[in-house]
This record gives sequence, C-alpha cells and structure tokens, in this order.
Amino acid sequence: MATFFGEVVVAPSRAGVDDEESAEEGCEETPEDREIRRELEKKREIDVRWTLKSDVLPESSADELFVCSKLILAIGHNAAAFLSSFILDSVCWEVVGAVKLWNEWCRTSSTTNVLPTDSFCLFYRLISDPTVWLCQCSCYVAEDQQFQWLEKVFGRMRKEGLQVTILSTCPVADYKTQESTLTLPSPFLKALKTKEFKEQVCCPLLEQPNIVRDLPAAVLSYCQVWQIPAVLYQCYTDIIKLDTVTIEAFRPLLSSKVLKSLVKDVSESTKILKKLLITNESHNNIYI
Amino acid sequence: MFVPCDRGGSSASSDFKGFTLLMPAVSVGNVGQLAIDLVISTLDMTKVGYFYTDCLVPMVGNNPYATAEENSVELSINAEVYSLPSKKLVVLQIRSPFIKNKYRPFCQTLLSWVKSSKCARVVLLSSSHAYQRDDEQLLGTPLRYLLTPDLEKAVGGLMQELNWKEMEKVAAYPGINDTEKVLHIPGGGITKRLFTESCSKGIQMAVLLKFCSEGDNIPDAFTLVNYLNEWLQLIKSESNNSTDTSSQWKIPSSWRLLFGNGLPPALF
Repeated sequence: MATFFGEVVVAPSRAGVDDEESAEEGCEETPEDREIRRELEKKREIDVRWTLKSDVLPESSADELFVCSKLILAIGHNAAAFLSSFILDSVCWEVVGAVKLWNEWCRTSSTTNVLPTDSFCLFYRLISDPTVWLCQCSCYVAEDQQFQWLEKVFGRMRKEGLQVTILSTCPVADYKTQESTLTLPSPFLKALKTKEFKEQVCCPLLEQPNIVRDLPAAVLSYCQVWQIPAVLYQCYTDIIKLDTVTIEAFRPLLSSKVLKSLVKDVSESTKILKKLLITNESHNNIYI
Repeated sequence: MFVPCDRGGSSASSDFKGFTLLMPAVSVGNVGQLAIDLVISTLDMTKVGYFYTDCLVPMVGNNPYATAEENSVELSINAEVYSLPSKKLVVLQIRSPFIKNKYRPFCQTLLSWVKSSKCARVVLLSSSHAYQRDDEQLLGTPLRYLLTPDLEKAVGGLMQELNWKEMEKVAAYPGINDTEKVLHIPGGGITKRLFTESCSKGIQMAVLLKFCSEGDNIPDAFTLVNYLNEWLQLIKSESNNSTDTSSQWKIPSSWRLLFGNGLPPALF
C-alpha cells in the first residue's frame, strides 16, 4: 500500500492463519515439535513474586487475597518515570512484588534495584496505608502474556472496593482525527473509563474511532468485564523515549482525587526528574 | 467465556434458546466484521455481554455505534455479544485479530458456548482471497455458502430457491488424483476449522463468504450483508428490487477516518 507521501507501507495481512494452517494440515505435529513448543511456553510464562512480609508467616496466607483500594499502574518508561519523580520515594513506599518475564523484546532482571532505563515491573505499597498500591511496568508484555499478567496480578487482589488508574503513552501518529497530526499540540492526554468509574476525569475522553491496545487495553477490558471502576490516561506524544516534556504532560493528574494525597514535595521532583534523564543519557552516549 | 453485562439482574438478557448466532470470521479484508457492524448498528441491537477470552489481542475504545454525544462514552472491548430478542438474533462481534497459536482453543470455547447457550444455529460471515479462485470461480457471483449436514436438512432447499452457489471443493492432489476433494478457504482465518468442527459436532452452521482482496472493503461488506439479508430477511427492502437494500444499512460512526487523518494544511 502506498500512502499519500509515496512511501510504501506494508499493511499487516488480516487474513492471518494461512502459514500456520497449512503447516498443521501438511504434517502432524511430531513429539519433538510438541516438546519445543511446551518448553517455549514454559519459558514465556510470567512469574509474579510477592514479597509481602505477611506472606512469610503461615502457609495458608499465601492464597489469601490482598486488600487493595487504589491501584495506580504506570505502563511504559515515561509513565513509570512520572510516578518515580512525583509520587514514589523509598521512605513512604515499600516494594511488595516483582514480575519476572521473558519474551523477544525483554528479559526482566530479578533485582528490585533498578535503573529507570531498565525493563522491570515492580509493585509498591504505601507504608502508611497498605491498601494503596503502585505498579511501574516499563517492560514489554507480549500479546500472549497479557492475559496471564492480568490473571496473576488481579487474581491475588480483592475486587471489592478496588479502583484502578492506568497511565500510559503511545505515539501521536496513532491518534485519529479530522485534522492533520502535524497541527496537534503534542503531548496531550486522553482518557478512557469503565462503566463503573463515576469520578471526574481530568482530561477529555478518547473519541471514536480511536482505540487503545496492549497491556493498558487488557487491564481496562478486565476491569470493564468484572465491573471494577477504572480509568486510563493515555498520553499521546511524539517522543517515545524517556523525556521531560512527555513526563510533564501527566502533571494535570496530580490534582486528581486519586493522586492528590500521594504527591510528594514538588521541588524535589524536578531534581529527581533531571537525575532520571541524566542517567538515561549516559546510557545513550557513545563518548563516555 | 460469556460474561453478561449486568449480573444479578434478570437472566432473560442472556437466554439465547432457539436464537440464531451471527458472527464474523476474522478473515481477508475484515469483511465479516464490517458486515456485522452494519447489522448491529442498523438493527440498533443491545449489548448483553462480553466474550472474555485470552485468544484475542486486547483492545478498547468508546462506543463504536454512538449516534449522539450521550451514548458515545461507553467502553467497548475486543469481543462483545449483542442481542435482539424480537428477531431471535444474537450477534458476536470480534474486533481484534487472534493471538498466535490460539485459533484452536478459541474455536473450542466458542462451540462449547454455542452448545451451552442453546443457540439453534450459527451463521458465520467470512471471506476468502479473490486471487486464489480457480477458473470456474472467476465467472459469476463472488458469493458462496456452506451448510453443515444438520443445517442442510433444515434449510437446504431454500438455498436452491435463492439460487445460491455452494463453495466448491478443490482436488487434494491436483493433477494426480482429482477424485479426492477437500475444502479450501484461503484467507478465511478460522472459517474452515469452525465449519469442520461444527460438522462433526452436529452443530447447525452456515458459512456465507465473499471472494475479495484487501483494500477498501466497505463495498464487500455491503454485498455480504445483502447476501445474508436475502436469507434471513433482517431488514425489508423499500423498493421492489429485493436485492437492493444497500441504502438502508446504517454505517456506524466508528467507520470514520478509515483511511487516515486529515492532510496538513501547509501542503497546499
């Protein structure tokens, strides 16, 4: 398919299955194939490690559900950095869990001491109110792993009284509008909410025919189906890497009901933000 | 798995006994899915539940069939179920592609839902690559149908009356042995798998498909939905010409901007 500007864009075929189908028809799966497939599946399995102190106690508590009133989920480097600079600090928050996963784009490390440029997925809990949870997920969760991620994370939480807030970013080129994307003042925020979410939303809602994919969509779908109040703030940006302008775009959310009480000293935030970016730059600089 | 929208309330909204289940196959040009969109928006069907599954790529957006500001804010997910009890019709719309290696489990869960929900029959809207037609198929209508043996007994005669053409089978080993014929639906996604499994499980299923190519598939969707209408008579045509109902189908608001955004004004 050629676009208006002449470049050739390969449209993904929507017909799908052909290759696989013919392969399946052509020959029966051998035990060896099955073995490889099973091994691969095992390797791609998601492992959520909860490190709650109460878990160390009796065996039976391992199956108990966590009571959680607020879950704030930051997906992607920029959203995670926003939480790091404006909300999270080591005094008020403790790490309660980590997700270990393996796929073609990402291998998360097993340590909880991470650099902002690392790929990781960590859960934190507010020490003064253990029902308030944060999650920073800057790693790529593949399509076949998203459902598992949901089942393993939400499977351990009590659904009653839970409210979910999701922050995420995506390229402004994905935004569909009557105008040209060149005239859009990026970055900008758009929101999507489930039926149960009754609070005020801090930015305009996402218009049709725009859609959201991947992990944010998976989480929001889960919440819609199981009637959990949830809101997604999607930041459309033209810079995909970690950068201050995109992180600052989330700032209006600091006055939202869910985040207002959690904001830390803002003067510190700017410093932390700078530090985050410097760490990031040194990784990308060939002249170190 | 089917999850009704409002739980605890009346179970009437999820009672599909004797209903016809209409659904798309995710296939070339998304023709089936587009045709289903036309049916839902024209008949103004009510959402009754979700088909929650790990087999489809997750996606969310606001109400694709919004007609006004008031009903535009309503979250939609990748697989939803709509119903119209007055016509005994239930529709499953699929809005995203399948995850690799998940075709088989999807077909299994779907067919077990069909059985447990006691739907009388299933109509699958699909499409197939136009470039893979053989010499015979190049001439005449691009529309085909398939019926499982159980449905054939019930409505087979009607298809003759409508002058419909059955999907041809092709030789399994062309040139070597022309007697052994198999069903071949290139670009049809799960169509063949669902159909053959329905045959063996005794489920009444019809497949309606159109040969087409990827591109602007809106005209294909209209052709396919009119084809369906010849049989099920979902809408009555206003004119005497019974095949022309195109103008009566309502295009959903979400079809806007299918071919991209506006152009930068600086271009001119």
